[in-house]
Parts: sequence; C-alpha cells; structure tokens
Amino acid sequence: MKLYCLSGHPTLPCNVLKFKSTTIMLDCGLDTTSVLNFLPLPLVHSPRLSKLPGWVSKDGTINLEKELKECAGRVFVDSQPEFCLPERELLDLSTIDVILISNYHCMMALPYITEHTGFTGTVYATEPTLQIGRLLMEELVNFMERVPKAQSATCWKNKEIQRMLPGPLKDAVEVWTWKRCYSMQEVNSALSKVQLVGYSQKVELFGAVQISPLSSGYSLGSSNWIIQSHHEKVSYVSGSSLLTTHPQPMDQSSLKNSDVLILTGLTQMPTANPDGMLGEFCSNLAMTIRAGGNVLVPCYSSGVIYDLLECLYQFIESANLGTTPFYFISPVANSSLEFSQIFAEWLCHNKQTKVYLPEPPFPHAELIQTNKLKHYPSIHGDFSSEFRQPCVVFTGHPSLRFGDVVHFMELWGKSSLNTIIFTEPDFSYLDALAPYQPLAMKCVYCPIDTRLNFHQVSKLLKEVQPLHVVCPEQYTQPPLSQSHRSDLMLELQPPPMPYRRCSVLNLPFRRRYERVYILPELANSLVPSEIKPGTSVATVSAVLHSKDNKHTLQPPPAPPTKKRKRVIEEPPVVLAPKPLLSGAVPLEAFLATLQKHGISEVKVEETADGHILHLQAEDTLIQLEEDGTHIVCDNNEPLRSPERCKLEGN
Amino acid sequence: MPEIKVTPLGAGQDVGRSCILVSIGGKNIMLDCGMHMGYNDDRRFPDFSYITQNGRLTEFLDCVIISHFHLDHCGALPYMSEMVGYDGPIYMTHPTKAICPILLEDFRKITVDKKGETNFFTSQMIKDCMKKVIPLNLHQTVQVDDELEIKAYYAGHVLGAAMVHIKVGSESVVYTGDYNMTPDRHLGAAWIDKCRPDILISESTYATTIRDSKRCRERDFLKKVHESIERGGKVLIPVFALGRAQELCILLETFWERMNLKAPIYFSTGLTEKANHYYKLFITWTNQKIRKTFVQRNMFEFKHIKAFDRSYADNPGPMVVFATPGMLHAGQSLQIFKKWAGNEKNMVIMPGYCVQGTIGHKILNGQRKLEMEGRATLDVKLQVEYMSFSAHADAKGIMQLIRMAEPRNMLLVHGEAVKMEFLKGKIEQEFSINCYMPANGETTTVTTNPSVPVDISLNLLKREMALGGTVCYGDGFLVSSEQALKELGLNEHQLRFTCRVQLQDPHSDPDTLHRIYTHLKSVLKGYTIQHLPDGTVMVESIVIKVSSSAEDPNTKVLLLSWSYQVTFLRC
Repeated sequence: MKLYCLSGHPTLPCNVLKFKSTTIMLDCGLDTTSVLNFLPLPLVHSPRLSKLPGWVSKDGTINLEKELKECAGRVFVDSQPEFCLPERELLDLSTIDVILISNYHCMMALPYITEHTGFTGTVYATEPTLQIGRLLMEELVNFMERVPKAQSATCWKNKEIQRMLPGPLKDAVEVWTWKRCYSMQEVNSALSKVQLVGYSQKVELFGAVQISPLSSGYSLGSSNWIIQSHHEKVSYVSGSSLLTTHPQPMDQSSLKNSDVLILTGLTQMPTANPDGMLGEFCSNLAMTIRAGGNVLVPCYSSGVIYDLLECLYQFIESANLGTTPFYFISPVANSSLEFSQIFAEWLCHNKQTKVYLPEPPFPHAELIQTNKLKHYPSIHGDFSSEFRQPCVVFTGHPSLRFGDVVHFMELWGKSSLNTIIFTEPDFSYLDALAPYQPLAMKCVYCPIDTRLNFHQVSKLLKEVQPLHVVCPEQYTQPPLSQSHRSDLMLELQPPPMPYRRCSVLNLPFRRRYERVYILPELANSLVPSEIKPGTSVATVSAVLHSKDNKHTLQPPPAPPTKKRKRVIEEPPVVLAPKPLLSGAVPLEAFLATLQKHGISEVKVEETADGHILHLQAEDTLIQLEEDGTHIVCDNNEPLRSPERCKLEGN
Repeated sequence: MPEIKVTPLGAGQDVGRSCILVSIGGKNIMLDCGMHMGYNDDRRFPDFSYITQNGRLTEFLDCVIISHFHLDHCGALPYMSEMVGYDGPIYMTHPTKAICPILLEDFRKITVDKKGETNFFTSQMIKDCMKKVIPLNLHQTVQVDDELEIKAYYAGHVLGAAMVHIKVGSESVVYTGDYNMTPDRHLGAAWIDKCRPDILISESTYATTIRDSKRCRERDFLKKVHESIERGGKVLIPVFALGRAQELCILLETFWERMNLKAPIYFSTGLTEKANHYYKLFITWTNQKIRKTFVQRNMFEFKHIKAFDRSYADNPGPMVVFATPGMLHAGQSLQIFKKWAGNEKNMVIMPGYCVQGTIGHKILNGQRKLEMEGRATLDVKLQVEYMSFSAHADAKGIMQLIRMAEPRNMLLVHGEAVKMEFLKGKIEQEFSINCYMPANGETTTVTTNPSVPVDISLNLLKREMALGGTVCYGDGFLVSSEQALKELGLNEHQLRFTCRVQLQDPHSDPDTLHRIYTHLKSVLKGYTIQHLPDGTVMVESIVIKVSSSAEDPNTKVLLLSWSYQVTFLRC
C-alpha cells in the first residue's frame, strides 16, 4: 500500500492511495496562492495599474518590462493569473480509478486531472459538494473570462531568469507547471464524471474495497472518507470541524479502529479563535459604517459567508444598521444563496428543525426579503444604479487578484474612512494587499477558520486511536513564525509519518487475511471437530472461484466416473484433495475400538517410538508411533476401513 | 436453515393500512403503519394484537420504517406508538418527517372534531410520536444496531417517498412502499441498484395495467377544466394541503402558461405559502428538470396561482379554486361548494379518495340532493368528476424493478388479489422465481441459504489461486494445513497401509518387478509410473515391492504400500 502526495498545500491536498489493486485519489485541491504573484485583473481600466513601472534587474542585464511590474517594492507578473496544479509526473494519472472529494474547496483542480490526462474513472462527492463546487468553479471561470488578457508572460519562468528575480517570485516553485484557468466546458465535462453519494453510504469499488463518506462538519456536504476492506481500514480526514456552525456535525466514532489515518486540512489559523474573530468582524464593521465609511469583505461565495450573514442578521438591529445596505456581488451570488436553503439533510439539527416548520434554514432569506441584503451578478448592470453608500460589500475573490473585489479596492482604497475586513484564511492579507499599496483604507484581519486546531485534533486522535497517522510535514513542526509553540504541532506516539509534495510513502500495512465465502452446499458438508474448547477444525476441500475480487469456495466437482475412458469436456484440473490427520493414536482407546469391531486377539509390543500391534487372527501388523501409523496386512479392505475410521476420529 | 418471515397486518391482498412485519436474522421490523380510509371501526388500523396480546410493542420490534407520507402508510403511527405503545426507533425520510405530522393532524381533526369520535390519538400524541422519528437520507446506510442495517432508495410516487433495503448479515429484504418507475411532472423515477435481496416486497396497485395512463388522465383533467372555463364556469378542486395539490398546481400553471389563459386560479388561504414551501425546501427530492432550473425559476412559486379570499367566490366569470379540505366535509371547500353547486356550468373535481359519510363521498356516488344542517337540502347541479392522480408503477414498471434488483423471491402487497394473481403468474414465468401474495395475518416463510463468510490467510489465497488444495478452517479462519497444525500445536499424523499380495511367478524378484512395471505401464495410461533403482515401482505415490516367500521361491509376496491420502483417490 502506497501513498503518492501530489500537493504540498496542507489544506488543499491531493494524494493518491494505492490499496488492494485500486488507485484512489483523495481530493483534488488547487493551490491558488500562486495568483498572489500576479497583478490584479481590473474590471474597468485602472490608470494606476497601467502606469506601474516595468521591472529591470539592478545591473540592467535582464529587462522584463513587459512581463513584470513593480509596485511598492514588490514585483508582480502582468499576465492572466495562473494556478499551481497538483503534481502530474509522479504517477500516471490515467490509472486512477476513483477520486474522492471531501469538500467543495478541495475539488478546484478537478478539470486539470479529469480532462486531458486520459482519466476514465469516477469522481465521488456529495450533492452539496458537487453543486457548490460547480458554483465556485463557474465563478472562477467567469472572473477570468470577463477580463481576458491577451498576453501570457513566460520569459520570467526561465530558470536562469527566475533565479535573478526578487522574492517571492524567485522562490516560487514549479512555475513551469503553472496553468491558466480552465474553461466552463472543461468544468462541465469534469463534473459530469461525478457520482453522488450520501453520508454513510457504502460504495463498493471493484469488489475489492469499500468507500464511505462521513460528515466532517466543516461545510455543506463536506466529508471524511473511510476506505476499507474486510480487514484493513484507512481513514481520510480532510477539512473537519467540531464547531457548531451550519453543517451536520462531524461523525467521529466511525473513524475508530483505523490502521492508517491520513490527516489533512487542519486550521490555517491555529491561534485565532473563530468566535472571537466573528465578534471583531461585527464591531469593526459597525464602527466603519457609523463613521460614514464603507466595508469591503473579500470572500468566497459559499461557506463562511452564510455564517457571517447569520451573525449580521442578529447584529444589524442591535447595532442600528437597519438602513445600511448589504451587497453580495458574485456571478453565483443568487445561486449560492438559493442552494444553501435546499440542503436540509446536510444541515445541523437546529436548521433541520426549521425546515420542518417550514421555514428557510438560513436567515439570509429574510434579509433578502426585507431588502437589507441585495445580491448582484456583478458591479455592472443593476448594481451601478442601485448602489448606495455607505454600505457593506461581500465579494470575491479573496486573493484580491480578480473578481469584483478588485474594483472596490481601486474605488475605496484611497480613503481612510473605508475598511477592508479579511475573513478568509487562505491568503496572507499582506500579500493580498501588496499590489494596492500604498493604501489609505483600514485593514482588519479576522480570519475565520473553523477547521480542527491542534488541541482538537490530538483529542480526536486519542479518541479514535489509529495505528498510524500520515500528515503533511507542516503539521509535524511548529509554524516558522512561532517556532517556540510546540503546542502548534502534532505530537503523537508513534510519531506521524510526514509527507511533502512528491513524497511516495509506503504505508505500514500488513495484509494478512482476505474474505472468502463458502457456498452453503460446501459449508454443510464440513465436519468440524473440536480440538480444544471453543476451537473446532475442519478440513475444507474446495475449488476457489474468484470473480470481481470476490472469492467463493465451491464444492469440488465430482471425479469423472471410471467408465468414461476419455473425458471430452475436461473439467478444470482439480488436484486431489489431501485429507489431513493430526495428533497421535491413544493406544488404550484404539484397542477398545478394535475390540468393538470384534478384534480381540491383539499382541502389543513396545518399541522405541511407540507400539507394534499384532492382530493375530487377521495376520495384520499395526505400527503405532507418535506421528505415524503403518498398517500391514493381507488384501483385506473390510478390515482397513474401521481402522481408518477410528484414526479419522482423532 | 435461516428463514425470513413476512406477515402483512395490512395491505395483504388489499389496498390500504399498509403494515408489514418482517423477521429476518432474528430482527423484527415493521414496514409502514397505515390506516384504512374505507373503515370507521377497528378495521381502520392494523391488528397490532397479532404482535402481542398484552401491552407494548417495544420489545417485539427492532424498528419501524415508514415509506412515505400517505395516510394509508403512516396513518396508524401515533396510534401504534402512543396508544398501543412503542418507544423504539421510527425511520422515515426528511420530507416524510416534515409532512407526515401535518397530514396526521388533518386526519385527526376530521375524525375527532368533525365526526366526534373519541378514543383517538391527540395532537400531543402526534408530536410525541414524531419525536421518536430518526430521519433517513437517500443511500445512507443506517446501522439500526450492530447487525441490522437499512438503506433508503428514491421511489418517486410522492415527495420523500422511499424504498428500503433491510439487511442482516448476508440476508436482505427490499420493501418498495409505493413507487413509480417513470418520472412525472415533479418527481423522478424510482431507482435501486442490483442488491439481489432474498425477498422483494413490492406494491402492486396497477398490477394489470401495462401502460400507466397518468398522462392521459392529466390530459383529461386539463381538457375538463379548460372546457368549463371556456363556457364561463367555475371549477372547484377540493384538495388536502400537500401532495396532490402541488402536482395539480404545476399542471395548471404550465397549462395556463402554454395556452395563455387569463382566468384566475386561486388557492385557499393559509396553505399556499406554507405547503409550497415544503416543496421549495425539499427541491432535491423532485425531478431532474425542476432541480436544474430552480434557481432561475422555482416550479413551486406559481405565477398564475394566487391566494384566495372568500369574497372572490361571488365574483362573476370563470375561475379555478383549490380549496381545503379534500373531502368536502368542512371548511372553505364546503362553503364554496354550497355556493356553486346550483349552477350546471360549474364543476367540482375530486382528485382523491373520500371517506364514507363525507359530502365528497356522497356526490361521487351520484347523490344529487344533499341534506344540509337545518333541514335545508342542496340541489347538486354542477358536474362532478373523479380523477385519480396517484403515481404507481404499472406491471411493466414492477418487472423493470425486478430486473434492477434481481431478487431471489418476490412478494406482492398493496393490490387486489385478482390482479396480484395475474402478475404473480407473469413474474414466475419470466424470472423463474417464487412469487408470494400473503393475505393479512398470513405468514410467508422463505428459506435463505447464505454463504458462510470466513477469513482466508492471504498467503494461502495467493497460493491457492495458482494451485488448489486443502485448507483448514476453524474460528472462521481459513489457513493452510501446516499453519493450522502449528497454531493448534498439533503434529501431522502419517497413516500408511501395506498390503501383502501373494502370486505365483517363477521369475527372479527383479524380473517379476519389471514385468509388473511393464504391465502397469501398458494398463495405467496417464499415470506416472517409475521403476526406481532401489528395487521398487512407484505408481504415483503407491510403492510396490517384491520379495520371494522363504518357503517357496515361486511364491512372490507383493508389498503394496500407500498412504491414507491415496485411499481418497481410489474412492
């Protein structure tokens, strides 16, 4: 059993597990942090961005004016943003049988894997994961395609040149493999390969292994996966949460008794308490509005935004924000808000109960009904005419490199009355803001990451007790910035097996048993004998029949009758079954049995290894030894039989 | 031999009060707990005394599963759980859990408030009963206990309808509830995987219908409504809040849209929003088309259908009104009926069953003069139409499901005996499987023959795949004989037989042996026969030696020696 690690990003994993002749990809995360190296894509022409100076090396030998622009001491690539894909050279991706998706954030690289690699397998995901994942992909494609950029910068990727560039460009990895965004057509094709599954559904793969998604409590439809055979169990834990937000709570008990637990997707903000951050979010928002400023919240269009809106729903009245307009701008804003209301089965108990009334599970329905929250597909169209300030705008993309958020950065960046509040933990806010510097706008960083923290995960592992834990190497040491915090790492016994991008791990697995089914006809013919209390043994002579990785034992075919000289249709060659005898023959009992069969004239002679019995009337010698019996007689079948029977009895 | 027992308490060769008991692998499961609309007495509910004469059912049942929210499948649930007494788990899907209590409450109101019956379950009992419900998700494998697992499949029929797969060890039963194999206006088609249950318990309402004529009935309905509107009449459709009402609304809504009709459609107040809301919130349970377009256009937000106000009933001109309740026994539907009954241009369409004693039942039976309170009589001049819209699988659909699931045995319920008989013949002929159709209280026993799962050591499995041979079995493990002996601390015991055969032969010992060798060689083709230098001949593993008798050199003693294993070869 092997694990191939195709992504180095601990929360956007992509691993491949080879287990019992199946090849299973676990998640398909797309590392989008690479876009931070690019210039933002403005929706309307931005004089500021277009006037940024080109970059020339200090000694003037390298001139990349056209590709690289400088802003506030940082260098950015002026090109369509590109993503860092999962590693594609480590193994042949066309051999992948199935892809298991744990949540909608971890499937963004799917089109890169399922299209153009020869992939012919099936993708398994829950319905909310598929639907919301589709929205997020659609949004991404839309963001990119509505501001097409003719030029595609490639010169800077030259190894020799990249070496000379200032950081962080210099240190960017695998830049040659970075790819532009996929098209909607590729998204549709990729998603057509998805097979929907429900929590705790058991899906058989080729009869060899069984997979089953479990609620992970992180987002709508998010799941951990159990991959097991009759004797081995691998748990894949990715993006799980123990906080009570909107999704169904995490199923922990089903993770018990795992041989290997693959742990990814822990919180990226181990020191930030989500509840505290939510409080800070609200108070900063209220403060800015009261002072007459606008609030910009860069966010994904599904996930934490539902919680933010719910929090604001309760907060608006008490904070006197009843008249402040809230805008949610995204090509998929409407869909996201609508979809959130129809997944009752996937929600926490409180929200489920609301559906029984029937009321929409999320209060943002009411915010929309009362016109407090308005949603628009983009800043163009209706929004531009209905837009009132001061206001609160939720919009993407949280990297600040594309999407409607770029427009608001340009619009509001110069005023110190305005505030940008970062809630998504995926991007460093300083890096995100870098191409907009200098900025007058206030920046507040309240990352809300509800995924498991180190304290929670060690408690969980104590509870479920896996034999081995595999995790990204990042989790085996404290974060670089807080190297003294030994509480911000995984400390386990035995220590976890760390992986990094391109690692190939041999998982410590010893498969010893496999399940076979004995057909009832055969099972009925077995004669178990009790060897010791509670342990019975029977010899089985059977034909092993293997089909679709399922093994059955069938009764051996009857031997061909003696009369048939030539068997035309030869049955499969069956080697003679070899009956098994064990133990030693107790002398006294044996003599008693002989007597029962009418043999009483027995002369017993002791030898070095046992006894020799002389059956005088029958002129037969029986040699009894510890591990063997030899019967010498005249041709006398009736006599041999009872002796055989007696011996078989042992 | 393990057995599965199935006993219908209701719906055995009958439609109504579905309630089927299944005993499988030591577990007892109740499938559905419905009431019979046609009776007002004890026969209304299944006879739970079959399970036990005295008291509560909790210890006799491992779980109760409700397939969908129709009252003939869940109407007796509060009676069973609260009045007879059952505290174990009750499983149903989320939509069923949401809608079922509303219908139960409606039903209770009719029975108690209208007909003044006592000794009936109360509102509180409905609530207490619903607290025992555990919601089921589609395809989720729910572990009721360590051995019993259940899994729900989509059944079409109504919102939230499910089929269930019940499994204990390697034995299993599928219960279909009511299902529909063709997608309709708002629901998808039933689906199940090739789960090969020991018994498939299927409804058989339309056992003899070859093509479900639902589309025709719909066309009929639209034609009647349209004609009535055209001649300026008013159409009253008495409905219950949920289920059929939404389906008919979609039907009329799309028809109005297509035909560009202007006559108003009303839905009696208090219901519209709420009832339609269930459908909006459970949109994932509707058909593909509705699900795909719900963001742009939610099928359950009706453009042409508006809320009704009682004053509208007197408005001139044509209109269509959906009003509750569905049996014309009280409330708004009855009020409107009284107002419109005198005009032959008007029409009332009854889309569902009516209980005896209700006005709905009377007019469907052709009664044209109705006695009202206060000795007044009402002349019924409007047209009365009855139309059934229930979506069930037809004979073709049932056969299709059998092909999907590949059951080993078939059991029919929820249908008329004569029709069942016909279908039973067809099934037995086409699939060569047994088909049962027990009457209520009659038990069908099916013997199962499960394979025995054991664990085989991987080494052995790999070796045996190549070779074949003997293995040992104990404690549910299959290991090689060597390993078994080792683990049990036993030694293998060799057993050999030697047989002396005397024969007359004048040749020397080696010559005799050689002659035997050549003879055997010519007789036993296809066996390995060796003449070894130590003066023995081996036929496979049988050793043959020759020695001369001490007294008579012409008498040769042939020693044949073989091991115990070889005797098996000879048998």
